[in-house]
Amino acid sequence: MLLRHTPKEVIAREGLTINPAKTCQPIGAMYAALGIHGCLPHSHGSQGCCSYHRSTLTRHYKEPVMAATSSFTEGASVFGGQANLLQSIETIFAVYEPDIIAVHSTCLSETIGDDLQQITKKAKDDGKIPEGKYVIYASTPSFVGSHVTGYANMVTGIAEQFAQSTGEKKDQINIIAGWMEPSDMREIKKISKELGVKIVLFPDTSDVLDAPQTGKHEFYPKGGTTIEELKSIGDSSSSLALGCISAEPAAIALDKKCKVPFETVDMPIGLSATDRFIMSLSKAAGVQVPDEITAERGRLVDVMTDMEQYFYGRKVALFGDPDQLIPLTEFLLDLNMKPIHIVSGTPGQRFEKRMKEILRRIPEANFRNGLNADMFLLHQWMKNEPVDLLIGNTYGKYIARDENVPFIRFGFPILDRIGHSYFPNIGYSGSLRLVEKILGALMDRQDREALEEKFELVM
Amino acid sequence: MEAMNHYPDPSKIREELVQKYPAKVAKKRTKSIIINDPESIPEVQANVRTVPGIITQRGCSYAGCKGVVLGPTRDIVNIVHGPIGCSFYAWLTRRNQTRPETPEHENYITYCFSTDMQEENVVFGGEKKLKQAIQEAYDLFHPKAIAIFSTCPVGLIGDDVHAASKEMREKFGDCNVFGFSCEGYRGVSQSAGHHIANNGVFKHMVGRNNTPSEGKFKLNMLGEYNIGGDAFEIERIFEKAGITLVASFSGNSTVGQLENAHMADLNVIMCHRSINYMGEMMETKYGIPWMKVNFVGAESTAKSLRKIAEYFDDAELKARVEEVIAEEMPKVKAVIDDIRPRTEGKTAMLFVGGSRAHHYQDLFTELGMTTVAAGYEFAHRDDYEGRHVLPSIKVDADSKNIEELKIVADPELYQPRKSEAELEALKEKGLEINGYEGMMKQMMKKSLVVDDVSHYESEKLIEIYKPDIFCAGIKEKYVVQKMGVPLKQLHSYDYGGPYTGFVGATNFYRDIDRMVNNPVWKLIKAPWETAGNPKGAELEATYVTQ
Ligand code: SF4
Ligand code: SF4
Repeated sequence: MLLRHTPKEVIAREGLTINPAKTCQPIGAMYAALGIHGCLPHSHGSQGCCSYHRSTLTRHYKEPVMAATSSFTEGASVFGGQANLLQSIETIFAVYEPDIIAVHSTCLSETIGDDLQQITKKAKDDGKIPEGKYVIYASTPSFVGSHVTGYANMVTGIAEQFAQSTGEKKDQINIIAGWMEPSDMREIKKISKELGVKIVLFPDTSDVLDAPQTGKHEFYPKGGTTIEELKSIGDSSSSLALGCISAEPAAIALDKKCKVPFETVDMPIGLSATDRFIMSLSKAAGVQVPDEITAERGRLVDVMTDMEQYFYGRKVALFGDPDQLIPLTEFLLDLNMKPIHIVSGTPGQRFEKRMKEILRRIPEANFRNGLNADMFLLHQWMKNEPVDLLIGNTYGKYIARDENVPFIRFGFPILDRIGHSYFPNIGYSGSLRLVEKILGALMDRQDREALEEKFELVM
Repeated sequence: MEAMNHYPDPSKIREELVQKYPAKVAKKRTKSIIINDPESIPEVQANVRTVPGIITQRGCSYAGCKGVVLGPTRDIVNIVHGPIGCSFYAWLTRRNQTRPETPEHENYITYCFSTDMQEENVVFGGEKKLKQAIQEAYDLFHPKAIAIFSTCPVGLIGDDVHAASKEMREKFGDCNVFGFSCEGYRGVSQSAGHHIANNGVFKHMVGRNNTPSEGKFKLNMLGEYNIGGDAFEIERIFEKAGITLVASFSGNSTVGQLENAHMADLNVIMCHRSINYMGEMMETKYGIPWMKVNFVGAESTAKSLRKIAEYFDDAELKARVEEVIAEEMPKVKAVIDDIRPRTEGKTAMLFVGGSRAHHYQDLFTELGMTTVAAGYEFAHRDDYEGRHVLPSIKVDADSKNIEELKIVADPELYQPRKSEAELEALKEKGLEINGYEGMMKQMMKKSLVVDDVSHYESEKLIEIYKPDIFCAGIKEKYVVQKMGVPLKQLHSYDYGGPYTGFVGATNFYRDIDRMVNNPVWKLIKAPWETAGNPKGAELEATYVTQ
């Protein structure tokens, strides 16, 4: 057994987190900043954090992930990191020539009390930021929130620091992407195009973290929301935030700064959440939903009806991030499955509230988020009440193997498979892919374990 | 040997590498970019701060301490005291394999433990939460040992992990609890963490169990972390040769082994950078000499085995070692004879770690490939130039704050395994006893040595040299491959390996052959990119009527 020391009996823990279902804020900030064209993320702290974040993102995407660090040593930790950041800004503009440096803080610089706003202002006053270039920032100490809130903080920083209102409204809608994959962002753009809605999507990591092999390394790949687009978001007619934890804060900030009304919807994962997304976007833009989208929806529902017997009552355990888990759980219910164990390390009451609503039909379901809501607990729950399927990031494979449970990789990070960056999990077609995966996992097991006389040809 | 005449003048290359840097940065980097001369080895600036803003390969002290040295020991519960990230990223990502004695034996390597420090812990102190976490780990697992690792904020807020560990150790009585002040800002790279780890393991583990171990030829293997099963292959060879491995620091190791390590009669060191402190301290306290070996490369493995036999100076062992070599080498030869015609004359670059950039050159030599440039990520001058430069290395502010333990001979256990005269005689025979010659002596004249290579410099080097393969880590992997050059990861081995010993050498030959000769590198361009865009060209009738 890989996790041989995990006991069935659950004892409450207060000090020790074991096998976390979250990581720290800066990696989210780094990911968000990669979704801006010509932007170099910068980690203000010691080298280790930056190295870890780059490594994890690289393992997840199998793509170059460029980011710089303030390389704190003990001196900086005692006297403050201003000198390090100023030198970083100078070096980066000289050597790596980005249009934007997106600085995020780390535990260390936050504990010291470095003020990123003040330091970037000083950089500007000292003439260290070349004409037409930008340094933006977000505060992301990881003793608060999780990687998801770190993402939200950087997206908020991007919105606040770029948006301008010229007083003249533009016929466009902002779509603020919650933490989703490049493939998902590409899908959002595709759906909007089909709907005939002009959007500004930010951040947008498509064509950044799924760049083609060309024999040339593009330090700043083709993709990413442009500065031009970002400046214009203050003039957009409205914003649609995809995800209440990872996207809504930016929508609120934009509304405050430029009076852009917004609506928050769930990430369009699964049938119902995609329905709401399509409704909201078409309403906001005043467009009719084209037949092609209705047909795409119909194909998803068709599979759900055709294969309904395989879903019914199947118990599922899942872990990951709130903005994904909320619509995913709802989708599992739409499929007539039974999500019974759910954890997310990301804190916040919204999760609990939404889960309570969604899971009304399953009173025995366990769900927990925030401190000590970790994979160790999830595994213990699974030992007490076994499931038919586990859904979560790569770390779930240890539980899946020990408990002999079919496992679907979903979320962040996925370190041992490809696909997530290329094939979406959102929208009707992304949901159809999820359904295919769920069926595949369940049926492969049935095929593998069925008695010889019960082995089915047609399923 | 002086090759590479078809490459530009190395001093020109150096100029080009630093050209784009601000003047002060250029000046600093120039001292770390050196044109090699194995006859008269020039000084390399190493183990100095990375310039803020430079995209570096380096990580932090915590990574060196917890990730590298302590991580591979399977029956310690390693609790990371700090916010969640540091522990999360070091969770199973280093591939240090381990093989518990039975399915019931302890193995915590698959687990990730953290105090998940919150804002109130930063403001009001985190010791209480830490002690609570230690208690919970003890209640849940009753492990033999619990180690605590401080991450950056911990040092700043003044949590005393050592006091907390001591308190809990005394409270439990049957569980060894100890702490490491390995905050990421200490030193300039992982290297500081290695030193801190060595100190802690030496203080808190080595010497706790004086039961003499069985076996005639007893040694410890230092600085071998069992990435991809490297230690398994070395264990196999030792067993075959009749050599007893008392403890491994720390691949595939247990607490029990480390506590008993001082009962061995020799320490052999693989990764000099990360573990030489342990070798030295054990020599001073217990009288166990250490010797540099290298089990990367089939020839190097044979050489290292012979050195070990020479050290023990036993005819039977020497004969056994020769038998093992005679048995293993033909299998290696069969593979290399097949592969070498396809790899001969190709070039490699290695920028990685603190010893691998040296060791792996042996494998490339066996493949008939030339190392045109190499450098370490976190090594010191002695790893480049040899240990004789140690007295001339200036201790700067960044190294000063890393504790140097004051070690004296143990009144009871000190027992020199060899007399001064015997050691001298062994050195005469070419054994690197308490010594290491470094990387540069082995590299060609005019090859380039670059310490802490930056992203910018590596791209330039690739453009200039167009190597057939580049060796580095995960952060560099896909950048280099996007440039059309295969990258072999020498931290994780691209999830392959082992690469040590005889079996490992053949694994490596096959992997490199596959990588440098993979047809995919010729498929990068679409046909219309190479042959001109068909758009606009006249359609030609190509069908044939009958
Ligand atoms: S938790 Fe804090 S110190 Fe650790 S990696 Fe994340 S930002 Fe760095
Ligand atoms: S630099 Fe500090 S905070 Fe960052 S990973 Fe290392 S120990 Fe953790």
